Amino acid sequence: MSGAARAAREAETLSDALIAEHGINAEEYARLLKELGREPTLTELGVFSVMWSEHCSYKSSRVWLKTLPTTGPQVIQGPGENAGVVDLGDDQAAVFKMESHNHPSYIEPYQGAATGVGGIMRDVFTMGARPVANMNALRFGAPDHPKTRHLLSGVVSGIGDYGNCMGVPTIGGETNFDARYNDNILVNAMCVGLVDANRIFTSAAKGVGLPVVYVGSKTGRDGIHGATMASAEFDDASEEKRPTVQVGDPFTEKLLLEACLELMNEDAIVAIQDMGAAGLTSSSVEMADKGGVGIDLNLDRVPCREEAMTAYEMLLSESQERMLMVLKPGAEPIAKRIFTKWELDFAVIGETTDTGNFVVRHDGVVQADIPLPALAHAAPLYERPWVARDPLPLIAPDDVKAPESILGALECLMGSAHLSSRRWIYEQYDHMVMADTVQRPGGDAGVVRVHGTDKGLAVSCDVTPRYCAADPFEGAKQAVAECWRNITATGAKPLGITDCLNFGNPERPEIMGEFVRAVEGMGEACTVLDFPVVSGNVSLYNETNGGAIPPTPAVGGVGLIADIAHMAGMGLRQDGDVLLLLGTKTGHLGQSTYMQVMEDRLEGAPPPVDLAAEKCAGDLVRSLIASDAVTAVHDVSDGGLLVAIAEMALAGNRGVQLEAPPEGLPAHAAWFGEDQARYVIAVPADDVDAVGAAASAAGVPVRVLGTVEGDSIALPGETPLALTALKAAHEGWMPRFMA
Amino acid sequence: MKASVIVFPGSNCDRDAAVALQAAMGAAPAMVWHGDSELPKSDLIVLPGGFSYGDYLRSGAMAAHSPVMREVVARAKAGTPVLGICNGFQVLTESGLLPGVLMRNATLRFICKDMLLKVVRNDTRFASHYETGEVIRIPVAHKDGCYFADEGTLDRLEGENRVAFRYCEASGAVTEAANPNGSCRNIAGIYNETGTVLGMMPHPERLIEPVLSGTDGAKMFSSLVERLH
Repeated sequence: MSGAARAAREAETLSDALIAEHGINAEEYARLLKELGREPTLTELGVFSVMWSEHCSYKSSRVWLKTLPTTGPQVIQGPGENAGVVDLGDDQAAVFKMESHNHPSYIEPYQGAATGVGGIMRDVFTMGARPVANMNALRFGAPDHPKTRHLLSGVVSGIGDYGNCMGVPTIGGETNFDARYNDNILVNAMCVGLVDANRIFTSAAKGVGLPVVYVGSKTGRDGIHGATMASAEFDDASEEKRPTVQVGDPFTEKLLLEACLELMNEDAIVAIQDMGAAGLTSSSVEMADKGGVGIDLNLDRVPCREEAMTAYEMLLSESQERMLMVLKPGAEPIAKRIFTKWELDFAVIGETTDTGNFVVRHDGVVQADIPLPALAHAAPLYERPWVARDPLPLIAPDDVKAPESILGALECLMGSAHLSSRRWIYEQYDHMVMADTVQRPGGDAGVVRVHGTDKGLAVSCDVTPRYCAADPFEGAKQAVAECWRNITATGAKPLGITDCLNFGNPERPEIMGEFVRAVEGMGEACTVLDFPVVSGNVSLYNETNGGAIPPTPAVGGVGLIADIAHMAGMGLRQDGDVLLLLGTKTGHLGQSTYMQVMEDRLEGAPPPVDLAAEKCAGDLVRSLIASDAVTAVHDVSDGGLLVAIAEMALAGNRGVQLEAPPEGLPAHAAWFGEDQARYVIAVPADDVDAVGAAASAAGVPVRVLGTVEGDSIALPGETPLALTALKAAHEGWMPRFMA
Repeated sequence: MKASVIVFPGSNCDRDAAVALQAAMGAAPAMVWHGDSELPKSDLIVLPGGFSYGDYLRSGAMAAHSPVMREVVARAKAGTPVLGICNGFQVLTESGLLPGVLMRNATLRFICKDMLLKVVRNDTRFASHYETGEVIRIPVAHKDGCYFADEGTLDRLEGENRVAFRYCEASGAVTEAANPNGSCRNIAGIYNETGTVLGMMPHPERLIEPVLSGTDGAKMFSSLVERLH
């Protein structure tokens, strides 16, 4: 829009079309008029538009999110702050959150993904924590879709360039391909930080007459209405929205991180909030509302990098690398000295008041004067109609064709788009900076040492979208259970999760039904596994021209390893060890990777999750690791038992001699079924009996699978599959695809 | 022994270098801010990895002109040992203490992985705890690590035995397949004429303990401590 057009727009009365353009429907506008008691100015309309957007208000999801378990003795801060916080003992705490940046990443993959990473790190260091680990969960369209390679390449490069420059290791993640993401990719970024438990900063601006300070980058016109964009579906014209995607500057964010942490060492800050979605508006409204005060802003003092910005633009800009702080009286000089040292902008732009209003002045004119409750609490709340879908039938093992050879099928699966190595991706991320990465990407969970101690933080991101598409309830349970398992497999005690709930348009009852059932499934799993939700994010309207993504409730979990001297990895470590399977086996092939790769179909119900069995098996595994009874551990998930064994063999570069599976199941169902609550462990031969006895005592079924030996995967009656061939298949797919 | 680690805005391996030095020396190094023109008395100066000044303009180019670098160059010319790791290597070439330049990787992608390096010589204060010809494992993490110099310079570097490390196979063979970034003649690190300034792309400070999956990096710091104390 030109300056003249913008001026014309300011002058015009608010037409119905303009109101609709702001994503506010007639019912919501009536509500707005009632709250305000008069017609809003255009600036005020813009403020309501972002604060009442789905992205900021959670108006469709809030009633369901409230049902999730969020407490526990380990929880220091649950949902509602910039990030969740769990206790690590010794006055240390982990701060973490996962957030989506789906819509911008589809439109402009490099900047969209980069600023997603930047945003999530700001959420973490806003609370006083130094970020120590990043992860990401990515969903792309079918490999053969013309945009997939371009999107994957841009997203990975954007994530890498931002995190690498920040000097925070990216220690893992997951990547899926599915045609249902062709027009709506998902980029979910997670960050974990470390903080002293007694020095956590929050956003509640308690106190009147305190200076409101703007620090970081200057404000530009980028990202205006990003939050509103993220609250609408795409259509064919969506790529015209490129100008609403923000541009990231990781160097400035690195300076902002160091400057904020340096200031946090002083007794200067009352409250701090990053300017993320809906920028200056959202940050100032939230701080004032949580502090129970009013706030006056003078936009004449906002550092701008473009000429003649209007109040509307400054309030809605999503320019990156900015923070808002409320300081203690008299703390301005020391704060200014620190930010000047780091060559960042510093400006006192307002103060807290006792009016209870959000008041904005620009050019000597009051541009907005809105009671804070109208923005923060009067946002619409929808109990949207929903329908649960009919369950899909269970698929019997015999209804899925057996392969010509089991090991041939294994090679096929391991070299497929779905199970191949993600090395091409994670080698573009600095995963070793900070020199505390004790488990690198490619295993069950990434692990970083708590700096200066022997403790470790295990982090994993999980969800299996095809399960969720088939059954949102069981799928969401499985996402939580797999995350819990991955963390457990390192020896860590799972402490809590952050979630990133990616769905389609909630105004469609079948999509709302997916959301409701997924939240119910997550809640049940989190309760049984004592794995509370401490932070999260909801991304709705992930659909294009009426085609929605599969429900994708991504789960990011954090666990604590008391002593990394007692930590497990998945690589097989010594010949002669015996491989044991912990858990039952029913040969569940519905929605399996085997069915997907070998038969090019995904049908039937996903594997059910027995949460009590999960708990028993996981608690047993953790105790075996703590007592050094196992030499390797891996959870069984995508691809089933034989894929898990193959991954352990490749990770340790040691072969295995396997026994034939017991009678009663077709061999392909035994080897490739994706039954849950299972682990493969390697145990020194002399300890097999003791481990078996421990498993029996814990009520966990246990069975011998074979022995660690040689340099191939060997099965009775089949030609052994050499590890070199298996590795070539496993490592080959992605470099070939991206070449 | 006294060591100083120079901290530029955007440095992000400064703490890692300090931890490795502390482990080897038993004492913390001085952390020296780029804007300081004073540099404490130092037996060793480390230019750490990272993205000084956001790598804007060219990697290392702006850091090379920061106030503290005038003093670093003067000390280096007077014989104080200087170790530049990754971005620090880029700063050394940009400031003229080492020849050549670090260009964008041949793959055009960032690369983070363990690399095998052949130790070309061990008669320096940096490498005395390695064997000449030994193959060591040290990770790289960079996007601009392709070492380039003209043929005359490369011939001179080799003629004066100033190549410190080369990317190699497990057998020690220096091959194209072992070269992660397109560096001329597989060069991973070089010395100045006197062997007192070392610039290298790999990060020895990242592999100094078994729990980090290797200790080959620790020998560089123990060598420095033994030779400089």
